[in-house]
Amino acid sequence: MSLDMESLAALETEESPEYAVNPCKVCAPLGASLAFKGVEGAVPLLHGSQGCATYIRRYLISHFREPVDIASSSFDEMAAVFGGADSLMRALDNVAAQYQPQLIGVATTCLSETIGDDVADALRRYQPSNEFDCARVQVSTPSYSGTHLDGYYATVTSLVESLAEGGPSTGTVNIFPGIVSPSDLRWIKRTLEAFGLEGCLLPDYSDTLDGGQWSAYNRLPPGGTPLAKIRDAGKAAASVELGWSQARRETAGSYLNREFGIPCHSLGLPVGLEATDAFLEVLSRISGRPIPESMQAERARLLDAYVDAHKIAVGQKAVVFGDEDTALALALFLAEIGVEPALVASGGSGALADTAPAAHESLRTLNVKFMPDSDFARIGEAAKAVSPTLLVGHSKGYKLARELDIPLVRVGFPVHDRYGAARITMLGYEGTQRLFDDVVNTILDHRQAKSGVGYFYF
Amino acid sequence: MPDHAIHGLLEDRKGQVLETASGTEPTELRCGTRSAAGSVSQRACVFCGSRVVLYPIADALHLVHGPAGCAAYTWDIRGAMSSGPALHRHSFTTDLRETDVIYGGAAKLEKALRELIAKHAPNAAFIYSTCIVGLIGDDVDAVARRVSADTGIPVIPVKSEGFKGTKKDGYAAACDALMELVGTSPEAPRSVRGINIMGEFNLAGEAWMIREYFERIGVPVVTTLTGDARVETVRRAHTASANIVQCSGSMQGLAIELEKRYGQPYRRVSFFGLEDTAQAIYDVADLLSEFDPELPQRAAQLVGDEMARVLPAIEVFRRDMEGRRAAIYVGGAFKAHSLIKALRHLGMRTVVVGSQTGNSDDYKRLQQLCDPGTVIVDDSNPVELSRFILEKKADLLIGGVKERPIAYKLGVAFCDHNHERKIPLAGFEGMIHFAREVHGSVTSPVWRWTARNREVRA
Repeated sequence: MSLDMESLAALETEESPEYAVNPCKVCAPLGASLAFKGVEGAVPLLHGSQGCATYIRRYLISHFREPVDIASSSFDEMAAVFGGADSLMRALDNVAAQYQPQLIGVATTCLSETIGDDVADALRRYQPSNEFDCARVQVSTPSYSGTHLDGYYATVTSLVESLAEGGPSTGTVNIFPGIVSPSDLRWIKRTLEAFGLEGCLLPDYSDTLDGGQWSAYNRLPPGGTPLAKIRDAGKAAASVELGWSQARRETAGSYLNREFGIPCHSLGLPVGLEATDAFLEVLSRISGRPIPESMQAERARLLDAYVDAHKIAVGQKAVVFGDEDTALALALFLAEIGVEPALVASGGSGALADTAPAAHESLRTLNVKFMPDSDFARIGEAAKAVSPTLLVGHSKGYKLARELDIPLVRVGFPVHDRYGAARITMLGYEGTQRLFDDVVNTILDHRQAKSGVGYFYF
Repeated sequence: MPDHAIHGLLEDRKGQVLETASGTEPTELRCGTRSAAGSVSQRACVFCGSRVVLYPIADALHLVHGPAGCAAYTWDIRGAMSSGPALHRHSFTTDLRETDVIYGGAAKLEKALRELIAKHAPNAAFIYSTCIVGLIGDDVDAVARRVSADTGIPVIPVKSEGFKGTKKDGYAAACDALMELVGTSPEAPRSVRGINIMGEFNLAGEAWMIREYFERIGVPVVTTLTGDARVETVRRAHTASANIVQCSGSMQGLAIELEKRYGQPYRRVSFFGLEDTAQAIYDVADLLSEFDPELPQRAAQLVGDEMARVLPAIEVFRRDMEGRRAAIYVGGAFKAHSLIKALRHLGMRTVVVGSQTGNSDDYKRLQQLCDPGTVIVDDSNPVELSRFILEKKADLLIGGVKERPIAYKLGVAFCDHNHERKIPLAGFEGMIHFAREVHGSVTSPVWRWTARNREVRA
């Protein structure tokens, strides 16, 4: 890994934010809820005020446009003073009675963390008061620490630490992706199949948060990673984590490596040719099979599309934002097609924090400004200085796009002002193809809208 | 009383649901209590209550003191419109981190306040305390006093720690904050022969529509609390001769306080539906008739004109809606009363009705209003609501974003009547929009293939 001293210096002079204006992040319990929603038969339970669960539900519902039931231990003043264990146990009883889940995922909040509630101890002492017993996993997600992405990774790690068991190798593979859309999760599953691989994709909210019409209310929406698969994660042949930030922390992959000797491949999100190549090569090595012809054909078509439209991308300058792993993956993709990712920003730090981005050859040669731990006020200020032509990121960038009068390509989480967030793909050659078309056609659409001539033939 | 509705309820939820029967007196419904732990309440928290009430004051700085999540989840999510400044549409937060939790966040709060006031020149600042502030013991009052003294604007702490009660306590905290401003302008109390419209938040411009009715009959509106309000108009609220309170759950407390302090009489009103809008205008005419004996006559004229315009317009929709069944789940029960009547105008019968924050009197009145066999529920959850909707064969659900997927998943039409709505539903004109909204969803062709419709046909 080679370092870019200039990038480093630029980062060191970046002041640590004192407060935030229009945040480019949400809090860790949201990430925990999302990860738990990707486990079969699981109900997330936030140990804190009623508002945490309700606000997070609303935020997730507006993105996925699906029911998102998240329980709360619903703290009151007594619980804040004397501890929330009783409320938590009551909540466990009620969730079990009302949902009959296979698993209750308990995540803390700033409230329960600050009063120092010992959730592990409460769960140990807990005696179900009804016949609906189930697995219980807890994760520490204080809202004042990190972002939703941190809460998400911490929850995946906690699930594996709590449930995975060792044993004779099953030859399967564990995949731990960052926050991606249900459609992208389906692509990962199809890709594993194409290599003849079985395994544990964790989390997998592709069905639980993107399902069909129901005839009765599914308290536990069908789908999710089966608990048995998480238990078997300790017997896999390999783990693959997708999202550069994971290499920087204790993860499910690093835990399984340490505990059960399972090799862990730490990659970025497979967006773009290069990153997808890297992912498929790893799967090829694990499976001992070549990259399927159908995927090679997809790659050829994607490259052909890159060439066909490369002149549209020429001279374009983008501001990219989202969770740190999505932002970095999008920046690498844009650099690949000739759009300069002038600013790469996130409310989180992780892979954008220091030397990590500089390790990427394609970004080192460009004049990229990395803005970890940022908010939209700072992103807006910095954007005005670089005169971007395009924004690429989630829908909270819409106000900035409107202010700068440039288009926004919506990708990532959340997308609250469009339908189909669950279907926005970016992974693999296939997802990249869709994203690429979106980028170039958005540029064209904006040009047409601004054109006095109104060309309709290119 | 039939006990059909209460079968399968959580033990903790019993007493908060009933089914009306013919020929019985209204009974007491348990309400106003903390949400049952683990129930998946649709309510948020104290902070939410304060935020919704104060947020529309467009020239104030609204600084959320806590981790970024609380501010991020509430960033411009409500459609409260402003005719001028739009500072309220930003999301300001002290973005507390772990070190702040350990060493205290007061210094950070003070720095944020000073910098943001210098940058945005607001006419007042509200500091919302979130859960954690109540625990780490920041002296918010002292910071507010210092910054106010130095900047010359009111800096008002809002005691909205999420766990210190329910959403209703947040309303009260917001009203306490408003009382810091009301009466601080030099004019004499009740010196204007006009009114304040309280509990009206100018969603989709509704306050402007309502204000226009009063202008037409020669009644000045001093202040709308808080839709399209300015700090200056709030200060002058004591000069009105009378108050009307629309969202009574949130602001009746303030109306009572103003009556005590300034002798302003008040009426609870509603601008949803034709009868209630007409009644609201008659009430104002009645309140001010001592100053203007011809006012009732002008009010009657306006109501007559509007009715003649609106009734034929909604008749078109009524034909298709006759005999259909509706479920209502909204924030305040007083609004539910109006909706039941408005639905009757469309030929629809309400079969399920509930609210997050209704009081005992509200629920008794609902029992009187509804037909036998109607489910009435306080502080419900998705499992209950979905069951009531299916059992009572509702064709329509009226609610907000969190209720929407429950309806859609079950193939039931939906009308958004929450703060996120973008279409004005208040007043006479609003009734036409309401009819169009309901009609458009109920008669959409998409339901032909959904499971519920197949069952109904079979």
